[in-house]
Amino acid sequence: MAEVLVLVQSAAGKVAKSTLEALTIARGLGEPAAVVVGAPGTAAAVTEKLGEFGATKVYVAESDELAKYLVTPKVAALATLVASASPAAVLIPSTQEGKEVAGRLAVRLDNGVLIDVVDLAADGTATQAVFAGSTIVKSKVVRGIPLVTVRPSSVTPTAAPTTPQVVSVAVELAATDKLATVTERVAEAKGARPELTEASVVVSGGRGVGSAENFALVEELADLLGGAVGASRAATDSGFYPHQFQVGQTGKTVSPQLYIALGISGAIQHRAGMQTSKTIVAVNKDNEAPIFELADFGVVGDLFKVVPQANEEIRKRKG
Amino acid sequence: MKIVVLVKQVPDSGTERTLRSDDNTVDRASANNVINEMDEYAIEEALKIKESIGGEVTIVTMGPDRATESIRKALSMGPDKAVHILDDALHGTDALATSKVLAAAVRSLEPDLVLAGSESTDARGQVLPHMLAERLGFAALTGARKLTVDGSSLTVERQTEEGYEVVTASTPAVVSVWDTINEPRYPSFKGIMEAKKKPVQTLGLADLGIAPSEVGLAGAATAVVEAAKRPPRQGGTRITDEGDGGTKLVEFLASEKFV
Repeated sequence: MAEVLVLVQSAAGKVAKSTLEALTIARGLGEPAAVVVGAPGTAAAVTEKLGEFGATKVYVAESDELAKYLVTPKVAALATLVASASPAAVLIPSTQEGKEVAGRLAVRLDNGVLIDVVDLAADGTATQAVFAGSTIVKSKVVRGIPLVTVRPSSVTPTAAPTTPQVVSVAVELAATDKLATVTERVAEAKGARPELTEASVVVSGGRGVGSAENFALVEELADLLGGAVGASRAATDSGFYPHQFQVGQTGKTVSPQLYIALGISGAIQHRAGMQTSKTIVAVNKDNEAPIFELADFGVVGDLFKVVPQANEEIRKRKG
Repeated sequence: MKIVVLVKQVPDSGTERTLRSDDNTVDRASANNVINEMDEYAIEEALKIKESIGGEVTIVTMGPDRATESIRKALSMGPDKAVHILDDALHGTDALATSKVLAAAVRSLEPDLVLAGSESTDARGQVLPHMLAERLGFAALTGARKLTVDGSSLTVERQTEEGYEVVTASTPAVVSVWDTINEPRYPSFKGIMEAKKKPVQTLGLADLGIAPSEVGLAGAATAVVEAAKRPPRQGGTRITDEGDGGTKLVEFLASEKFV
C-alpha cells in the first residue's frame, strides 16, 4: 500500500489535534507516514503519539538551520519525500503555515492543490465547504497527486496504534529557501483555554457584550464548559477582545461540537466562521437577530441576566 | 521604493455568493463585485511606505472587464498607476496558474516590494503570496500584523496561534498583511477625480509570454467534480427569557450532554 504523507504540526512537544485528524483521514488512502521538520528533538517528543494515531513511519528532518525559516524547510522536506517515496497523497493541517506550505509545494512540484478540505475519499475526491459553508464542492487534483490541506475539526481523530519506523531525511535548503529568517518567537499569554480552531466548545461574544470588562462573563461560561473564547468582528473592532480570537469571514473558521453566541446578531461576516458548528446556541435581546435562524436553541433575553444564571446553574450541577 | 500591490476583485462577502451552474466557477456576473477587503490594507500599507520614504505604487489586478471598477477604486486611494491583466482565456484559472500569470506581470515591473492581502474572501486559500514568492525567487513575509521598512531591510510581526514571530528579509520580497496592520483611508473626492486620469496598462497573455493552454479551466491542475448548495440550517427551539432563561439554556446543554 502506498504511503500518504502527513505534515506534522507540533508545539512544545505536543502534536496539534489537526495533525491527528489528518492522520485519521490519511488511513483511508494508504499508510500514513508522518513528516516532522524542525529543531533537533522535535520528533522524539511526538513519535509515540503519531504511532498511536496510525503513523507507520515517521520521516524526520531536524537541524537548527531548519528551525530558522518558516514554510520553506517543510516544502523542501515534502518535495524530497514526494520524489523518493512516491506517496499516494500529501495531507497538511490547514493552519496559516500549512496552507502556505501547500501552496509553495504546489508550485515546486507543478501539482494541483486543494485548500481547507473537510473530507478526502479513497479515490482522491476532496470535499470543501465554500462561501461561508453555504456551498459544498467536490474537487480533484488533475495534475499530480492529491495535495490537500485538512481543515481543523473536520473529523474526530481516532487511534490506530502502531509502532512507527523512524526514518531520517536529509534536506538541503536552496538559497531561495533561506531568504526570510525568524529572529524571534514571542509567546503571548493565552491562558489554559483550548485553541480556538481545535476546541470542541466555543463561547463567543459580540457587540452586545458591551465592553472588554464584560467579556469576563463570556470567559466564565467558556471555562465552565472547558471551551475556547471567540469574538465577533464588532467585538474585536471595538477593542472588547483581541483580534486573534475573531470568528468570521476575516477571522478564524471554527466547527466545534457546541458554539454559543452571546450578544451576536449573526451577520454573514460572522456566520462565515461558525455555521458548520454541530450545535449552536444563541442569546440575544433582539428577537429578529439572524443568529436565531441558525440556532438549535435560542434565548431571547438580556445576556447579563441569562448568562450569570446559566453559569450558576452549571456550577450547581457540577456540584 | 517600487511597490506593487496585488488587488483582486471578489463578490461581496456580505451577500449571498454562488457558483455558476455551467462550469462551477465563481458567479461574478450576478454578484456585487468589490475590492477584496484584505487588499485595502495592503494598499494602505504601500501608501504609508511611499509617504514615509518615497517611491511608486502600482496596482496589479488579474480579472475580467468589470475589474476596472475595482482598479479605479484602488487608484482613488492614492496609488500611481495600475496594470490590468485581462484575457478571455483566463476564465476559470486556478491559484497555481494565477500565480504564474501574476509572476510574469510582477517580474516585468521589477518591484522592491510586493504587497498583498493575506487571503481573498472568496477562496480564502492564503496560498498566493507564497506561490508568487516561489516563482519570483523573492523572500516571503506573510501574515503580517506589522511591517517595518529600513532601507532594503524588511521586518514583520507575524501573528501565530501562540503569539507572534518576528521575521526579517531583504528586498525584493512579497509581504502579505492582515486587517490588524492599519486602518485603510477612504478615497477623497480629489483622489476619485485623479484616479480617472491615472494610467492603467492592459496586458494580455501574449504580452506576458503565457500560452492560453496554461491557464483557464483547461490549464487548471484541479477540477470541480460537483457543487451543491448546502440545505439551510433549520432553526430550533427559541424561548423568551422570563426569569429562567439561563436555567433553561443549561437544561438544553444537559440534554445534549454538554454539561
